[in-house]
Amino acid sequence: MTSAPVAGNHTDHYVELMDRPAPIVTEDNAVFWDAADEGRIVAQRCAKCGRLRHPPRPMCPECRSLEVEVAELSGRGVVYSYAILHHPQHPSFEYPVLATLIDLDEGIRVVSNLVGIEPDEIRIGLPVQVEFVSTEDDHRVPVFRPVAVGESVAP
Amino acid sequence: MSSPAFGGQAAIAGIGQTEFSRRAGRSELQLACESITAALADAGLEPADVDGLVSYTVDPVEETELVRSVGFPEIVYSSRVPYGGGGSMGVLLHAASAVASGAADVVVGYRGIRARSGASRFGGAKTSPSPTSGHSGTTAMQWCTPFGVLTPASWMALNSTRYMYEFGVTSEDIGRAVVQLRAYAATNPNAWGYERPITLEEHQESRWIAEPCIHLLDCCQETDGSVAVVVTSAERAADLAAKPVHIAAASGAGLFEAEIATDHYRPDLSVMDGSVALAARLFDRFEIARDDIDTAMIYDAFSPILLMQLEALGFCGPGEAKDFIADGNLALDGALPCNTNGGLIGEGYIHGLNLVLEATRQLRGTAVNQVPDARVVLVTASRTGAVLTTD
Repeated sequence: MTSAPVAGNHTDHYVELMDRPAPIVTEDNAVFWDAADEGRIVAQRCAKCGRLRHPPRPMCPECRSLEVEVAELSGRGVVYSYAILHHPQHPSFEYPVLATLIDLDEGIRVVSNLVGIEPDEIRIGLPVQVEFVSTEDDHRVPVFRPVAVGESVAP
Repeated sequence: MSSPAFGGQAAIAGIGQTEFSRRAGRSELQLACESITAALADAGLEPADVDGLVSYTVDPVEETELVRSVGFPEIVYSSRVPYGGGGSMGVLLHAASAVASGAADVVVGYRGIRARSGASRFGGAKTSPSPTSGHSGTTAMQWCTPFGVLTPASWMALNSTRYMYEFGVTSEDIGRAVVQLRAYAATNPNAWGYERPITLEEHQESRWIAEPCIHLLDCCQETDGSVAVVVTSAERAADLAAKPVHIAAASGAGLFEAEIATDHYRPDLSVMDGSVALAARLFDRFEIARDDIDTAMIYDAFSPILLMQLEALGFCGPGEAKDFIADGNLALDGALPCNTNGGLIGEGYIHGLNLVLEATRQLRGTAVNQVPDARVVLVTASRTGAVLTTD
């Protein structure tokens, strides 16, 4: 295989190398990954009670409704936690991997990666904005880039 | 709230194990056969006495092959516990429940594992062919795979970093727990870390696995081996070969949005609230006082979760585990001697079930690092746990 993408590099590097493992798409989770393929980040919203939920699931844990809508999310959030992963290493990734939990503005938390940042600059609470990177099998997945100073706009 | 019926009715009558190594050179099935027959010999029982089997959903040793190998004439009760290592003590819960309900008379709980030399090294970076391939709560890992979060260390690191941030915990604070575990292991001939204690400096100099929370020496030892426990009624155990160890309490605690190893979608990851709930069940529901715990075996797959569980179980306040440990409270002369075999970090990783063997040895008075007159032992694995007693 070719050299793996460098965490923190520009999105285009991922597009070019397409090494990242594809998401495992199932009947229950397709709503999230299908939207990601189109460059959108979404969550399920219960059509009955309006509760947002992630990870996706067939039933609303609040009201047991099976009726569900797709809620478009802003893609803005903050770093809730992170880990700079050094070992063990998988050939699909360049190390260190910048793993993160992002709390999105809508109250949804997602596991992802940080891009466009040096490991020693990562801070909990850092404002971030979603962008999308390619994986093997022509999928795309959401990753997060710090919002530049002065760029952060209150919703 | 009244205690569940099995509280005190079931007992551990025998324990057995293979050697712990980095390359067993034989199958998990053979390892399980060896540990189970050792446990039966310890109890003074024969395979014909056994009518129940319990293991983990992830255990590769299938009941059919085990039965035809050990020669169990008739098994009337079989069950498996999900949640990976977090479900470890569910083996005791299932076994004690079966015995107390009358569903079975003698239940063997076992785990056979080649975490080091097996086809898939336990802590290795790997992707899964399907979200349910682990049959154990691993569906949640599908949300981690495309982002390179592929190992138990990486899953837990995301929780641990937040814990450190909330309470100002440093890697050195965590390292002091590891130094204690390795001190215990250093005197345990059964341990990977036998005669190899470490210093805090060595801990700090070991390479990063997941920064800022997990150095290499914060990780448990991927190990090959098997352990087994024999559970029967307290009444029957009293007449058997080994000193009985009573299962005074056993419970699981699975909260909404809890996962295995991660809980990434619980609101506050600085608290292991599954263990908070577990403690409420073990201590409050079974009316056992924390002060009565003479020694504790706490699931230490990675050292940060040892600190987090000490707090969640109520042995110290939120954020206070670092001071509790620095004050020497995990040592034999401390307030809560902990993981006296060296834990999963110092002794080895038989997926948590080896902690039950150490708890049993403490209550029999046969542990290498014996707590004087230990009468009540807590053994937990984040979301499952038990309290074992001498009477």
